[in-house]
Amino acid sequence: MLIGGRAGDGINNAGAMVAQLLNRLGYRVYLYFDYPSLIRGGHNFAIVRGSERYIGAHRNHVDFVLALNRETIDRHRKDYSPDTVIIFNADQVKIAGNGVPVKAILAAEEAPEIMGNSAIIGAFARAAGIAWETVDRVFRAHMPKGTEKNLKVARNAYDQMIEIHPIGSCSNPPLSLLTGNEAIGVGLARSGMDAYISYPMTPSSSLLHFLAEQGPRLGIEVIHPENEIAVMLMALGFAYTGRRTAVGTSGGGFCLMTEGLSFAGMAELPVVLLVSQRTGPSTGLPTYTGQTELHFVMSAGQGEYPRFVVAPGDGQEALHWSAVAMNLAWKFQVPAFILADKTLSEGTYSVDPALVPPAAPDAVPVWDGSGEYRRYSDTPSGITPLAFPGRKGAVVKADSYAHDEAGITTEEGNMVDLMTRKRLRKGESLARETDRYAGVITSGAGDAGTALLCWGSTKGVCDEVGEDSGLKVIRPVVLCPFPLAQLKAALSGVGKLVAVEENATAQLATFVERYGIVADKKILRYNGRPFTPDELLAQLAGVI
Amino acid sequence: MAGRQIITTAQNTWCPGCGNFSIQFTLKSILEQREKDGKSLDNVVLVTGIGCHAKMADYLNVNSFYSLHGRAVPAAVGIKLANPDLTVICCSGDGDSYAEGLDHLVFAAKRNIDITVIVHDNRVYGLTTGQYTPTSPLGFKGKSTPAGTAEFPFNPIELMLASGATYVARGYTRKMDQLKRLVAGGIAHRGFSFIDVLQICATFFPAADYYDPRVYDLPESGLENFEAACIKAKEWDYSSDAKIGLGMFYTRSLPTFDRHMPVPVVTGADRDRAISELLEARR
Repeated sequence: MLIGGRAGDGINNAGAMVAQLLNRLGYRVYLYFDYPSLIRGGHNFAIVRGSERYIGAHRNHVDFVLALNRETIDRHRKDYSPDTVIIFNADQVKIAGNGVPVKAILAAEEAPEIMGNSAIIGAFARAAGIAWETVDRVFRAHMPKGTEKNLKVARNAYDQMIEIHPIGSCSNPPLSLLTGNEAIGVGLARSGMDAYISYPMTPSSSLLHFLAEQGPRLGIEVIHPENEIAVMLMALGFAYTGRRTAVGTSGGGFCLMTEGLSFAGMAELPVVLLVSQRTGPSTGLPTYTGQTELHFVMSAGQGEYPRFVVAPGDGQEALHWSAVAMNLAWKFQVPAFILADKTLSEGTYSVDPALVPPAAPDAVPVWDGSGEYRRYSDTPSGITPLAFPGRKGAVVKADSYAHDEAGITTEEGNMVDLMTRKRLRKGESLARETDRYAGVITSGAGDAGTALLCWGSTKGVCDEVGEDSGLKVIRPVVLCPFPLAQLKAALSGVGKLVAVEENATAQLATFVERYGIVADKKILRYNGRPFTPDELLAQLAGVI
Repeated sequence: MAGRQIITTAQNTWCPGCGNFSIQFTLKSILEQREKDGKSLDNVVLVTGIGCHAKMADYLNVNSFYSLHGRAVPAAVGIKLANPDLTVICCSGDGDSYAEGLDHLVFAAKRNIDITVIVHDNRVYGLTTGQYTPTSPLGFKGKSTPAGTAEFPFNPIELMLASGATYVARGYTRKMDQLKRLVAGGIAHRGFSFIDVLQICATFFPAADYYDPRVYDLPESGLENFEAACIKAKEWDYSSDAKIGLGMFYTRSLPTFDRHMPVPVVTGADRDRAISELLEARR
């Protein structure tokens, strides 16, 4: 279903309601929201797709169009078939067909203009053969404001429309619909996050908004400081006192965070960073997607220090891995990245909480109180037990300079060697730990000789194409420490490797070349719009 | 019980005659007094930036957070927000907080967060060997401005008054009794305390001969009068020749940011329940 209109028409909310209707019918849902970087005017559209299986991509063909204006109908014409049902606001669009007299319905129900979308949704529900009970239930559950009035508007339109293209239902129970950013927020909450600190930047901002709203219920402090430099330094201040903290931004904001990131590496301060990619370079396309920050995130910040980087592929994985990221950050006292993109952050996915492994804040090694506390005392694992300011008898000294075990600045060569090796050993300990996770996911046709190599949110499109076309899909989800052995195992039996990435230089393919793994073909897309299965299939036909 | 040894064994590398020694002595006596008063030093955190001032983190045997250049203040804000029970003292430099990290200083004042910022204002970059800073006088000949600067300095007192600081003072490293009173008062003040300390840089800006005949003590009354504070602040613009008032410019009591937005503690089973409810509501 495609829902389109002008920016400010509430397209995303209308899309969310349609998504919940499909969810209630037992479909697995994916919602793609496409909008320009402006507040009013311009063309917005949401594509809601339902399927019996889990999905994470939208198709080029639409079955239903919900048009709030004429532009929607014209602009997406290439995606229609003769069977496409177009439902439109008859006040805005003067054509023959399934028009909804929105103004008249609102007048009849004495409802404000803002409820106009409920009329369109009601009309759609009837056209799609959705039982009124389902509509009623979805409105009551997901439209807390003006529920009764909205229902009257929807019912009026429902009764005026006829059933055109019944979409049926599946036997699945409804799942939780979450955007990727919401899933990340919930995952971080599960692993004991105390505070979230962020400066607004699309496409990370919706996590800031979500946590600001949910913070009091979840016990999470949310702070919006003066800029990303302050964000990172405040987060390190929180970590120093023992409070679990995450920050969120996109590439440009992350540029400002890198000095603090390097500090986290040197001072061994745990922090989780959500970096949600958009089309670059520079300001780029603020509201469109991209996968251009892999190399940047893997190597950002001066100096050498261990880090964890994970790129979840959908809402389900985001919920799982963000909790892992927080726990690893604290266990190893390192920065941990959740590398997302606009597709994942702002796309809506069906998430089954029952499928996520249990998460809880893992215990971290703490100082036993004996002798003099030394913040950087050397250990076989490289991990120093923690003490926090306020702890009786402990003097806790964190230092951005090269330092000795007590945290006092030093320029003495042997001590610099010792502390560097300590940090490296910590990285080795981290790698041993991450090896225990499935860091490379294979899907599609497991025994196929041709494989797609991808990462992040292209999971959705690659999994679908792989499954439907008999291709293997190999997707490293952990990017650092890089799970090379797992990748090599996944590549066993693969004769032809096709890299699929949403960037212009094939960043993952380039990265694995250092290990002698060479992609035979590369399918790249870098205009800010995610691949659809149809487009990927068409491009694959040319290379395999 | 013997008090804590306040000075660490780290080798001190400040130049002989450096004003930092005065500030170190000031902090040491304040910390010793605090312990004598029966208050634990375990709850004290010293945050520094980068520069000569910042070596304080190595030299004082208290919890310390040796931050980045310009980033002492945001770290101090984070520490205080994370644990409002801590006493957070932030030593910063003029290059540190008036140049590289000015935005953080302004915002910390705006928020009236309960920390104490002591700016070691020697009006020159010492550690990078002698460039002008935002408080160097017009025409200052530094290594990056051999022909003299062509820009007026900031007046940090005016800047902090305009930003919302609720404790604004100026000290001088050659007036140590007064300096101790100002810093101790700042620590005791509930809110954002700012003390600009005119500090002698023995190597690159030995200005004692300039300061000594010009300094005088500001009156200690009427400190809640903002307009009067602004007039006092304008008396010396850090460049032109004028009398230099030392002491308190302004103080008043306002709600602090760190006690402003209490978020309830929700952990363990309570948090699990809240998460389950949230996920259920999305079905």
